[in-house]
Amino acid sequence: MASPANSIRQWLDERFPLDDLKALAQKKKVPLHRYSYWYFLGGMTLFLFGVQALTGALLLMYYRPGADEAFESVQFIMTQVQFGWLVRSVHSWSANLLVFMAFAHLFSVLFLRSYRKPRELTWVSGILLLFLMLGFGFSGYLLPWNTLSYFATKVGTEIPAQIPIIGRPVLLFLRGGEDITGSTLTRLYGFHVAILPAVATLLIGLHLALIQWFGMSVPPGIEAEWQTRPERKREIRFFPNFVLRELMAWYVALGLLGALAALFPWSLGVKADPFASAPAGIKPEWYFLAMFQTLKLIPAKLLGMDGEMLGILTFGVIGAVALLLPFLDQEKPFNTRRWIPGLACVFLGYMTVMTVYGWVAK
Amino acid sequence: MNRVRGLVTWRRRAGLVLAALLVCSGLMVFAQTKNSCLDCHSNLPEPLGVSAETYSQNIHAQKGLTCAACHGGDASADDPEKAMSRAAGWKGKINRKQIPELCASCHADAERMKKYNPGLRVDQFQQYKTSVHGMKWAKDDGKVAVCTDCHGVHDLRAPSDPRSTVHPTNIATTCSHCHADAEYMKPYGIKTDQFANYEQSVHHDAMVVRGDLSAPTCTTCHGNHGATPPGVANVTAVCSNCHVFQAQLFETSQHKDVFATMGLPGCVTCHSNHAIKHPTDEMIGTGPKAVCTNCHIVGDAGATQAEAMHNQLTELAAAIAASDELLGRAERQGMEVSQAKLQAAQARDALLKARVTVHAFRDSELKRDTDAGLAVTRQTHAAGEKAMEEWKFRRVGLGLSVVAIAIVLVGLGLYIRNLEQK
Repeated sequence: MASPANSIRQWLDERFPLDDLKALAQKKKVPLHRYSYWYFLGGMTLFLFGVQALTGALLLMYYRPGADEAFESVQFIMTQVQFGWLVRSVHSWSANLLVFMAFAHLFSVLFLRSYRKPRELTWVSGILLLFLMLGFGFSGYLLPWNTLSYFATKVGTEIPAQIPIIGRPVLLFLRGGEDITGSTLTRLYGFHVAILPAVATLLIGLHLALIQWFGMSVPPGIEAEWQTRPERKREIRFFPNFVLRELMAWYVALGLLGALAALFPWSLGVKADPFASAPAGIKPEWYFLAMFQTLKLIPAKLLGMDGEMLGILTFGVIGAVALLLPFLDQEKPFNTRRWIPGLACVFLGYMTVMTVYGWVAK
Repeated sequence: MNRVRGLVTWRRRAGLVLAALLVCSGLMVFAQTKNSCLDCHSNLPEPLGVSAETYSQNIHAQKGLTCAACHGGDASADDPEKAMSRAAGWKGKINRKQIPELCASCHADAERMKKYNPGLRVDQFQQYKTSVHGMKWAKDDGKVAVCTDCHGVHDLRAPSDPRSTVHPTNIATTCSHCHADAEYMKPYGIKTDQFANYEQSVHHDAMVVRGDLSAPTCTTCHGNHGATPPGVANVTAVCSNCHVFQAQLFETSQHKDVFATMGLPGCVTCHSNHAIKHPTDEMIGTGPKAVCTNCHIVGDAGATQAEAMHNQLTELAAAIAASDELLGRAERQGMEVSQAKLQAAQARDALLKARVTVHAFRDSELKRDTDAGLAVTRQTHAAGEKAMEEWKFRRVGLGLSVVAIAIVLVGLGLYIRNLEQK
C-alpha cells in the first residue's frame, strides 16, 4: 500500500510536471572556479527583494497613505504593533542592502564580462531592474512622511524638472501638482506598492528565465583556460549543492538584517511640516548621493549650457550606455574591449568618492 | 521729402519732451525744502556742528522739517544774516527750560501731528507735567530730564529704530545716564543702583540678551513721559500687566492683606524690583535660598505650608527630570518614544502652572496641579521603562536568533560536506 506522501506525490505528478522540473534542476550545473562566489550576489539580491515583498506586505496591513495619517500610522507600527518595529526596520535596512547588492551584482557581472553574447538581454533586464530598485527607493522614501523624506523628495523631484521641454511635465507628474502634498504621497505610494512591484515581478521572471536558459556565464579567462586544459573544468550541481550554499548566504543576510534592525532600529524622524523651512544640509539616500553631490559641484554655466541640466543629461547618457553596454562590446568571446572594465573602474571610483564626499560634506 | 520732414518733426517733438522733463525736474528740486543751515553747520565743530549724515537720519528731517522748525529763522535763505535774523524769528540755541513746551507746540497739536503720523499720541506734554521730571521742571529744576535728554536732539530717531535712544533695548541705558550717576543724582537723595541691578535681572536678560522686545524695561513699570515710581499699592498692578495670573492668585491669597498692613509692596517683597532674578523652586520653603523665612519662622504654620509647597514642586520637577532622562536613554538606544516625549510636555505644562499657582500660597491648590503633572510623569516613566524592557527583549531576541542561524549554518555546512563526500 502506498504511503500518504507517495500518494500525494503521484497525484501531483499527474497534474504538474514535477519530475520534469526536478530533472531540469538536477541537470543544471554551476561552474566552479576562483570567481564562483560572485554568483551568489544575484541570488542575494533576489532574497532581499523577497524580504522586501514580505515585509512590505506586512506593513501594508497598517500603513495608511495620506498627509494626515502616514506618519501616525508608521509611528503606530513602530510602537504599538507586535514586532512592527522589526518589520519596518528590516524593510528599511533590507531596501538599502538590496540597492547595494544590486550594484555589487552589476559590477561583478560587468567585470566578469557575463553580459556578452548571448546574455545581452539578461544584462538589459538587470539594468532595468536596478533602475526599478532605485525607483522603489525613491518612492518608498516619502511614505513615512517625515521632515527628511519630505524635503529630500522635494529636492529629488526638482532635479528632473531641469530637463528641457519634458522637465516640468515630469515634475507635475511625480508630484501630482506644483508642490509636495498628500497627492504626491498617494502617487508615490501607488508606484511603490502596485506599479513598480508588478513591473519588477515581470522583469525578475524574465531575468531568471534567461539565466536558467543560458546557464551561468564563465569569465573569458577561465573559459580559455578550460578550453586548453579541459581536465581543469569543474562544475557543481545547481540543486542541491549550489542552492544549499546560496541558502547559507541567505541565512547570513537574514542574521545581518535582524542584527541591524535590533541594534539600529530605523528612525521615525519628525512629522513633515510643509510650512517649515528645509533642515540645513539635507541629503538624499546614500545611493543618490553621488549624483546629488555631482550636481552640487557642477558650475552654474558649463560649456555654454546650464550646469545642472548638463549634469542630468550626462547621467542620462551614462544610464543609456549602461543599458546598451553588451552591444558596445565585441562579439568574439575572448577578445573583449579593454576600455569597458577600465571605464567601469573609473566610474565605480568616481561614484564611491562622490558618495563619501557627499556624506561628509556639509 | 515727406520722410525727411517727418524725421525733423519727430526730432523736434522729442526735443520738446526732453526740455519739458528737464524743466519739471528742476522745479521739483527747487520745490524740495531747502535747508541752508547745513551749508555752514555741517562744517562747524561741536556743539554748533551737525553733520549732513546725522541730520539725514533725524526723523524730523525725514518728515521734511528744517532746522528752522525748532530754531526759527529762514532756512531757505542763503545769506546767513537773513537766515539767522531775529526778524525771521531766529531763536538760536533753545533754552533748556523751553524745550518741553517747544516740542509740545507740535506734539500736543493733534491737527498738526495728523499730517505726519496720525497714530502718534499727542498727550506726552500733559503726561510729562504729571511726572516727577515734569513737576520738578515746573519748579525750574534745570537738571531734570526734558524731551531731548531721552530722545536726543539732532540725531533724534523714531523709537522703533533700533539705534534710537528710546528703542526698548536702549531705554535702560538712556535712563542710566542720569540715574546711575551718583554725583548727578545727589541732590535728589535716591539710589543709583537701579541700572546695575536691572542688568542682573531676568528682564534685562530677556530684553537685551534674547532680544524679546515685550520684556520690561524702565518705562514699562515707571511709565515714559509720565514717569513716576509706582507706590506700594501699585506694584502688583504694574507687575500684573504681564504676570496676570500670578497677580490674580496673589489677590486671593492671605498675603495680600498682611502685606498691605505691614506696608510691604506685593511682588517686590519676595522678588525685589530692579534685580529680579529668575525665580526658582528654592525661593519657596525654608531652605537657605527661601524668601519665606524673611517673615516666617521655621515651624510656624506659614513655614510648614511653604515647605509643603516646596516639596510638591521639587517632587514634580524631579519626576519630570527622571522621566526625561529615561526617555532620552531609550531614544538614544533607537527606541521610538516620541509619543511619550510629547506627553511629557503636559507634565512640564503642569509644573509651569504649579509655579504660577504658588502665588495663591495654598498648598492644597498647588497639590492639584502637581498631582496632575505627577500622573503624567508616571505614564511617561512607564513608557520609558517599557521601551527599555523592549530594548532588552530585542537584544535577547537577537542573541537567540544569531544562535539559531549559526546552528542552521553549521548544519547546512555539514550537510553540504556530507553530500559532496559521497
